[in-house]
Amino acid sequence: MDALIEADGLSKHFGKVHALTDLTLTLPAGQPVAILGPNGAGKTTFIRMVATLLAPDTGTLVVNGHDVVRDPMAVRRMIGLAGQSAAVEEMMTGRENLVMVARLYGQGRAKAVASGQRILEQMDLVEAADRQVRTYSGGMRRRLDLGASLVGSPRLLLLDEPTTGLDPGSRNEVWDAVHAMSENGTDIVLTTQYLDEADHLATAIVIVDDGRVIAQGTPDELKSRVGADMVELHTIDVPTMQRAAEVLASLGMAEPSTDPATRRCSLAAPGGSKLLPIVVRALDDAEVPVEDIALRRPTLDEVFLALTGHGASTDTPHPTAPKEDAA
Amino acid sequence: MTLTLDQPGRQTRPSPGAATNQGASFLVATEQVAARTLKKFIRSPALLIAGTAQGLLFLLIFRYVFGGAVGHTGGLSYVDFLVPGFVVTGVLFQGMSAASGVADDKEGGLFDRLRSLPIRLLSIVSGRVGADTALVAWGVIVMTAAGFAVGFRVTGTTAGAVAAFGLTILYGFAFVWLFIAMGLMAGSPQAAQGLSFLVFPLSFVSSAYVPVSTMPGWMQAFANNQPMTQMVNTVRLLTGGPQAQALLGHPVSYYLVPSLLWTAGLVVVFAPIAVWKLKST
Repeated sequence: MDALIEADGLSKHFGKVHALTDLTLTLPAGQPVAILGPNGAGKTTFIRMVATLLAPDTGTLVVNGHDVVRDPMAVRRMIGLAGQSAAVEEMMTGRENLVMVARLYGQGRAKAVASGQRILEQMDLVEAADRQVRTYSGGMRRRLDLGASLVGSPRLLLLDEPTTGLDPGSRNEVWDAVHAMSENGTDIVLTTQYLDEADHLATAIVIVDDGRVIAQGTPDELKSRVGADMVELHTIDVPTMQRAAEVLASLGMAEPSTDPATRRCSLAAPGGSKLLPIVVRALDDAEVPVEDIALRRPTLDEVFLALTGHGASTDTPHPTAPKEDAA
Repeated sequence: MTLTLDQPGRQTRPSPGAATNQGASFLVATEQVAARTLKKFIRSPALLIAGTAQGLLFLLIFRYVFGGAVGHTGGLSYVDFLVPGFVVTGVLFQGMSAASGVADDKEGGLFDRLRSLPIRLLSIVSGRVGADTALVAWGVIVMTAAGFAVGFRVTGTTAGAVAAFGLTILYGFAFVWLFIAMGLMAGSPQAAQGLSFLVFPLSFVSSAYVPVSTMPGWMQAFANNQPMTQMVNTVRLLTGGPQAQALLGHPVSYYLVPSLLWTAGLVVVFAPIAVWKLKST
């Protein structure tokens, strides 16, 4: 088949730590793919192998027909990489960074300058173009880094945790940029520890844990394996919580679960957003006051719990509380 | 575990980058990496000043504090003896910053991007070497000017002095390869700082500041056979004229040949090590 990436039995260890253990995977071209997993799952190791930065101990990895170990240069000719740490020169301006990378991709001086300008516009960095990067905000740096990976119009874009450490506003900017590239026809493989990010950016998700692939599929497929969305509400005291639970039970859909310690009550919501107004109306009719109520999607922890029997090692699977480092 | 993602009804979309990037030639890549590093130097003036300020302090201490007590320099005045040694060993102190600089680059993530680009790994190293050699040349210019300011005079020929200046920078270039390789081996900028343990014996246990004949015998064996002494004596003979020749008792070629062999040896040994370390990062 016309595979973009074919990994067969990839293993890699650093000292006693096994980063990848017999990882086998085939990704076709033409759809954005998210590699989802907790810190230390082996996501970054895998991306670094695809980018020819790291050689596997055993196994083979073929990118668009080229073996990364035997012909790394052929792989480098068609990829763009944006890593976790914004790989840009702080003491140069945004424009200088982009033109340098374009020149290194082999573009002539005039073409490199034009590519730099195009990316600055695309990444909304025109105003800051001639300022040194050390004056940039975290989000601007990440966009510049993303831009630098695009300046050679790569066939395959590799993004290693593109939004880790960004505030929600900057994260949305990066998401928009990734969307635009995908629409443009660039193949994208990204890693993330956030389920919502994988859901938002990718049409195919590969879940890795402990150096192995443990599941794959579309976001919907995975979510149906994990379980439905939940309607979760929060009350001011325990008696109110119990009254709310009675109201939810009376809807006759599923048995609500309660947690007196946090005065929370939740109900599986297979209908997703359709259930929420029904619940709100029922609570209103019964005159049960709630502090807040929301439709909650399964978290990465719940995905892992469902698939592996153990939770993800991330404390808060949300970009607002990022972890600095992933293996 | 094996699995395949197959996409029903997948449409083949023409990729905009279906034409691949050929990558920059070795020279263009070297120039780009060097230009980036030079911009970094020029825009962080502290880096330019720190290395030279320390050197100037050393010059003043040796010239005026210890200088009066140093004998055995024959017909050569101590300042004319000292300055060539001082400028040549200065390339070590200035060049040392290349080690922590390249370790810093490696840590910062920029090298990951460079390594993922279709350019030769050697061009990343050689670009860095080019820029660090320029920094060494800057140090040589400042130290030479300072040498003249504290009373150094060329008693040899002008052509010899110009050759001495060029050779000093060439020696610096050779040592920069060593420092870059060491910096890539060190793993972190802090560890790379530890290289001063290498620089101190090379500079002090040499003919740079005092005549080797005043050292104990076992130390002379090291001092006479290490590269700095050969390099310092070449430059001293080229600038010091007949008095220097009388003091050292050998013609320039006696020191020049081993100096050039050391120069070539440093590049030949440390260039592959640097590339290998960069590859296996």
